[in-house]
Amino acid sequence: MIPLHHYLILSALLFCIGLYGVFTRRSAIGILLSLEIMLNAANINFVAFSKFVTPDNPIGQIFVIFTIGVSAAAAVVGLAIIVAIYRNYKTIFVDEINIMKW
Amino acid sequence: MWSNYIATSLFYGIAGVIVIFSILSVTLKNIFYSALSLIVALLGIAAIYIYLNAEFLALIQILIYIGAIMTLIIFGIMLTLKISDKTLQQHNKQQGLSFLVSGALAAILILIFIRFKTTEAVSLKAVSLADIGKELLTTYALPFEVISIILLAALIGAVVISSKDM
Repeated sequence: MIPLHHYLILSALLFCIGLYGVFTRRSAIGILLSLEIMLNAANINFVAFSKFVTPDNPIGQIFVIFTIGVSAAAAVVGLAIIVAIYRNYKTIFVDEINIMKW
Repeated sequence: MWSNYIATSLFYGIAGVIVIFSILSVTLKNIFYSALSLIVALLGIAAIYIYLNAEFLALIQILIYIGAIMTLIIFGIMLTLKISDKTLQQHNKQQGLSFLVSGALAAILILIFIRFKTTEAVSLKAVSLADIGKELLTTYALPFEVISIILLAALIGAVVISSKDM
């Protein structure tokens, strides 16, 4: 069977890939996609620790259900904001949307 | 013995698929293709959940992430970006620095995790769906209600924010 730290390494790799995407993407939707990768990395950690540390208690899995719910809400509101910005400025590139930057 | 070997190599295969498609999804020029490759990565993560005896979460992952969130994101891409425009610059000028920072973070985390020798799973018993449901409606009833209020607020907020007169 796979030891716990291999799951942790997989999740660390996914988190760093998502971080790279958040740093480099210009479009707000690309940033949202990278955020989903980072959230999934956290979810893998929750489920792996739930299996290895508390095998009789599904607390990690329940926490992942809440995380998925919150990330769904985040994606919905984020996309609504992106659509509203696109309607007003005709761009979703975050380096062109700088009205709130001093 | 052989089944154990096959199961182990299957895990590393799935992990490789997830990592490769995540890298594609953050680096591809066409953002529509990157959404599609993120779908493959999310399917791989659902397979990892099955590997961890969390069948319910695998179903949730496929239903909510792939069925709902990714559909929504693809709709968002089609409503805003000109996806067929090849000349559009999709990455900013900080790629080298970002690669350095995230690569250093990955290296540090992996070095820590390799030193941290862990035991293998003690129990292979799957947590049943009935257990999760019981816990959700007894111990975690309050967070369960709060998450439904958050979803309702997000629903109304999305309708208000994306309506015409904003």
